[in-house]
Amino acid sequence: MNQGWVVPIVLGISVYAMKAAGPLVLGNRRLPAAVERAAQLTPAGLLAALVVVAAFKLDGHRALTLDARAVGLAAAGVALSRKAGFIVVVLAAAAATALARRLGMT
Amino acid sequence: MSRIAARLDLEPATWRAIVRQSSTISVSLIPFGLAFGVACVHAQLTWGQAVAFSTLVFTGGSQFAAVGVLGDGGAPSTAIAAGLLVAIRSFVYGLVMTPVLRGSLPFRILASHLTIDESVAISTAQPTDDIRAQRVGFLVGGLAVFALWNLSTVIGAIAFSNASSFIKTWGIDATIPAAFLALVWPRLGPPDQRRVAFGGAVIALCAIPLVPAGVPIVLSAFAVVGGLRRSAPGS
Repeated sequence: MNQGWVVPIVLGISVYAMKAAGPLVLGNRRLPAAVERAAQLTPAGLLAALVVVAAFKLDGHRALTLDARAVGLAAAGVALSRKAGFIVVVLAAAAATALARRLGMT
Repeated sequence: MSRIAARLDLEPATWRAIVRQSSTISVSLIPFGLAFGVACVHAQLTWGQAVAFSTLVFTGGSQFAAVGVLGDGGAPSTAIAAGLLVAIRSFVYGLVMTPVLRGSLPFRILASHLTIDESVAISTAQPTDDIRAQRVGFLVGGLAVFALWNLSTVIGAIAFSNASSFIKTWGIDATIPAAFLALVWPRLGPPDQRRVAFGGAVIALCAIPLVPAGVPIVLSAFAVVGGLRRSAPGS
């Protein structure tokens, strides 16, 4: 039963080390302009990848899938292009996906 | 609201956006916190151990990966390895957040722990020339998720058993890509940002079938190379 504590503690320390490496080691030093510029641009790629993984990855498998989440994402895209607010965008996605599932999509 | 904005030296509209994004995202994660609590019970962990995961690891994907292995009867070392692999992107996030999290050592030690998909996403969704807004976005978003993530983990471990069917029925799983899409949306305007965003999406699509969970996000960071090269001075 001890493993129930060992895993969160060891994993917690290791993950924290990865999170804190940048802020603690590089800290308050000024980085070269090119690196600062990269740090400013990188999030666009990360965010787009988060969209793709959250919408099209088959849960628990190394595979792509097209399911009711894609319908929700499309609804979110429509809401955003009509300049809807953040909460409306998220609710539109949930509603569209819920409806698609009720109609038989997975 | 506007008094807090003034005290934080933020535009009222910026502060309102941060509050809206943080509250919506942290609330939409509640069902996943419940599901994590349930997964812990399934893996024969106690509710205290479930909360230890959510407090100490505080990285959803990594927690699910580790507990999934334990639930499958895997060894603790395998569980830790699985959780670490999913969390490699935390390192990239930390680098990206370094300019935003400048400050005293105790501040950096504490703030680093809040480095997750959602806090980084909310931070980077703020105006690129406003470091203060990016900082407040990171902290408010991170703390909101931390509070509700831990609360929902306890409730899931003690009381809830059908969290995953709730998520499916109500389309809660679609709120996550939608929230990230809303956060990346303003970046689809400027050409250099848009190139990096599309590059990241394409890299993720290609990588998902090939590499373990979590790694596609790490690889997507390389999209920045294309953006930098094209926008070099003089080109």
